[in-house]
Formats: sequence, structure tokens, C-alpha cells
Amino acid sequence: MAQKVICTFCGSVCDDVEFDVEEFKAKKFCKLGRSKFSKKERIKAPMVDGKEVSYEEATQKAAEILVNAKKPLLYGWASTVNEAIRLGVILTEKVRGVYDQCASVCHAPGTLAVIEEGLPGASLGAIKNRADLVIFWGSNPMEAHPRHPLRYSMSAKGLLISGRKDRKVVVVDVRKTKTAKKADVFVQIKPGYDYPIISALRALIKGEDIEVDEVGGVSKEQLKELAEMMKSAKYGVIFYGLGVTQSRGRDRNIENAVKLIQLLNRYTRFVIWPMRGHYNVVGSGEVPAWEVGYQYAIDFSRGYPRFSPAEFSANEVLQRKDCDAALVIAADPVAHFPKASVKHLKKIPVIQIDPFPNMTTLVADVVIPSAVYGLEAEGTAYRMDGIPLRVKKVIDTEYWSDEKILEELLKKVVELRGE
Amino acid sequence: MMEVEVISGRTLDQGATVEEKLTDEYFNAVNYCELSEEDYNALGLAEGDKVKVKTEFGEVVVFAKKSDELPKGVVFIPMGPYANQVIDPSTDSTGMPQFKGVKGSVEKTDENVLSVKELLEVI
Repeated sequence: MAQKVICTFCGSVCDDVEFDVEEFKAKKFCKLGRSKFSKKERIKAPMVDGKEVSYEEATQKAAEILVNAKKPLLYGWASTVNEAIRLGVILTEKVRGVYDQCASVCHAPGTLAVIEEGLPGASLGAIKNRADLVIFWGSNPMEAHPRHPLRYSMSAKGLLISGRKDRKVVVVDVRKTKTAKKADVFVQIKPGYDYPIISALRALIKGEDIEVDEVGGVSKEQLKELAEMMKSAKYGVIFYGLGVTQSRGRDRNIENAVKLIQLLNRYTRFVIWPMRGHYNVVGSGEVPAWEVGYQYAIDFSRGYPRFSPAEFSANEVLQRKDCDAALVIAADPVAHFPKASVKHLKKIPVIQIDPFPNMTTLVADVVIPSAVYGLEAEGTAYRMDGIPLRVKKVIDTEYWSDEKILEELLKKVVELRGE
Repeated sequence: MMEVEVISGRTLDQGATVEEKLTDEYFNAVNYCELSEEDYNALGLAEGDKVKVKTEFGEVVVFAKKSDELPKGVVFIPMGPYANQVIDPSTDSTGMPQFKGVKGSVEKTDENVLSVKELLEVI
């Protein structure tokens, strides 16, 4: 019989989906969630240098690598639960390493903008209930968060909004994406022109003129229409994606967008929110923030935490060859980092903790398979808007959870250091 | 050869196979480059043809696909190991490499598309 579960794929963390344990069948999920809750190849057993070993032996070898390293990088954390992340932060401090997480190559530029400007945001519930103008800027939920439009942002029924017909949907993007095809208005921009377009909108909303006919591929006429649409909305929201954070301007794009929202709030109610990717990438930033004060790119090599993305983000550390070992958990940097960073990962001892074999497995010296949260292990995850949800365990497994692996690893590190 | 801007990003198929990276399904989800119809035709491409995408940071051979989503002069490679051969690794002190909007070129080629494992070997 199907039972209610919580999906652990994307940042929408859908809590209305069902899973039939006997038939191993997912119900109501999107394509991404179904892939998560399906049978697929697993890492069979813990391995050291390609040979199968016990969990004890693998965690012992991993602890030795971490303790013997001068400056290990501990990276990943987005697809695991807060309880495991907390242990990861403590472990990084113990081994005087660098803590960095997947947002580093995802939404971390938004974190920098928040430090500068704050974040006028709202929960997905508030947006569902109130927003009559939804703008997806450089984000494509039809492919990255398939149920988000249905549950919160496009066709969802809310308290004051009865559905799609009560909502104007705008997409600002370089590509005419699947989301753009469903929008009322599509604003096609040139790659890397988010910043000047936001500046132009700020000028127009203030009632100033812009002295050019076109900005970043968008005509002045269309910019004026968009500015007017934003100003006259009762409750507007910008959901931004990696189109903004990974393009020219990066954090400055978000900073400018937050200034635009601040300005709009002189006329109406407007909020902005990032479309976070992995189901608990919020936790991988929030947990270190409540433990040591920073969200990512944290260096403990001096025995106390220091934050500097220019120095301690995974890509900067790897490209500078400034780490001599790495622990990768719930992530796959070999597949998702640029070539220049992967080069150094291939040269240093790598420990991997993950349920599934991936490209990082191919370079890892120690591989520790883990249970799948939401299916085989329980814990707490933050939805993209910071709402904590308890993900369930519905299947028994021989695999250890990330939490148990990290507990054991931490214990062995403490023993080896003679503390 | 044609001058283009290279962007990368998530797709539904890439996401659905992201936990099965050593399978053919993942390989097929990330090993291609989308071009606008105009650029696709200008390069004389047909189904199954391959292109070499080059930037100052590297080059990669991928399959060519026609897309109705892209404007002329912009090509799209799904996020993953193929796109990461050519994107700009520098972070401008933000920690974030520039995964989108990298100037480069595209040309038709007869060279083979490397497997995920082969790709790792040449890095």
C-alpha cells in the first residue's frame, strides 16, 4: 500500500507524494523524484583502493587520510540531512580543513548578495496564496523543479489567487525554455546582460528615462512594459536561478535584483527567492551558519573559522592546489567542477560517501556507500524557503546512514589525534 | 567554424539520470550541444553529426542537436562533464566558475565523442 513520503530530490521537497514499499513504486512524483525513488545501481560495499572492505576498515582508512592531511577539503553536503551536516562541520573543525558545499557552484553568489543587501523573501506558502505576478529569472522550473509551478508558482490555487488565470507569469531568460513557453510574457535577453537590464528596470520604475533604445537584447518598450507590470502587481515575486548566479556579474546580479525589490516595495509588495537545487542545499549552508557563523567556503586551518569565497571555496582551493586530501559527501565534483579543478582532485587522496557510483567514485581511494535519505534513513531537511521537513525512512537497509558514517569517522579521528 | 557563446544548464533528463552517472542514459543526457536552427543549418549539420566546441579553456566533441529554444549565436550543453571541459573556471573571487556565457567556437567534426570514463582520463 502506498504511504505518504517526502521527496529528497530537488529543493521543492514535495511532501504530498506517495510511495508503495511492496511494489517499490512512486506515485504523484515528477520525473526527477521518480528517478530518486527507483531501483538503480548502488555502490555495493565500502572500498579501499578498489578492494571491498568492512565499514570499520573504510572509516579507519578515511580517518587516517584526514588526520594525516595538512589541509583537507570537505565538500558536498547538499543531498544529506542536517544531522549529518552538523557532524561534518565538527569533523572539518577537528581536522583543520576547509568546509565547502554545493551552493559554491550554485546559489552561493546569492548568499554574498544577502550579506550586502538582505533578502526580502517569503515562504512558498505565502507566495502561493498571494502572488499575482510570478517572474522566473534565469530559472527553468519545468526542467529543474517540475512540481514547483503546480504546487506554488503557476497554477497553484491559493487563498487569494484561484489559479493560473489570476496570475501573470513572466520568464526572463537567454533561452525560450519549457517554462518560457508556458509564460504570459517571455523576455529574451543576451547572455551576461542581467545586471544592466535590472539597472534599466530600476531607472524606469523610479520614473527616470533610459538613454538607449535597447538593453541586453531587450527593447526599451518591452522594459517599460515589464517595469509597469511589476509596479502594478499586488504581490510580485522573482524566482531566480543559475542563469543569474552563473553568468557574468554573479553575486552583483543578485545584489542589483535585491535593490530592485527594495525599490518596488515603495510601490507594492514584492519578494525575491532563489530556486534552490538539491533537497537540502539550504541545510548545507544554514547548519554551518548556526554552528560557526558562515554558510560556505570556511577554513579551519588556524583552528577557528574564517570565511572567504575568494580563497576557501572548493574551486579556488582546488585550482590553487591548496588541499592535500578531500572528503566528498553527497555530491559529485568530478562531474560538476570545471576541468581545472578536477585536475587536482585526481592527484590527491579522495574519500567518497554516497549511495550511488558517480564520476567521483572513479577517482576515490576510499568509497563508503550510504543509505538514501527519504527512503532508507530519516532526518531533517530545509525546503528551498527554509521550512524544515522531516524526511522519512520507509525501507530497511544494510547501508549505514551519512550520520552513522560521520559519527564513526569523527570518533576515529578523535582517537587518532589522541584527544 | 562559427563564433558562439556557450551556456550550460540543467535539463530534465540530466536531472533524472544524475544518480546514475556511469550509465548510457546519463551519457546520452549530457553529451550533446544544442544549436539554433539557423546555426545548425549554417554548419550543414544533420542528425547524428558531431561538433567540436572550443573555448580558450578547452575543447570537447559532442553530438549536435537542433533546438527551438536558442537564439542565433548561443549554444547550450547540459551541465556535466562535457560542458565542464569548455566553461571558464575562474571565479572572480566569488567561488563560482563562469558556467554560462563563455565565448567560443563550434565546428563540425568526425572525431568521436568520448565516454564519461575516457573524458576523465584526458583531464
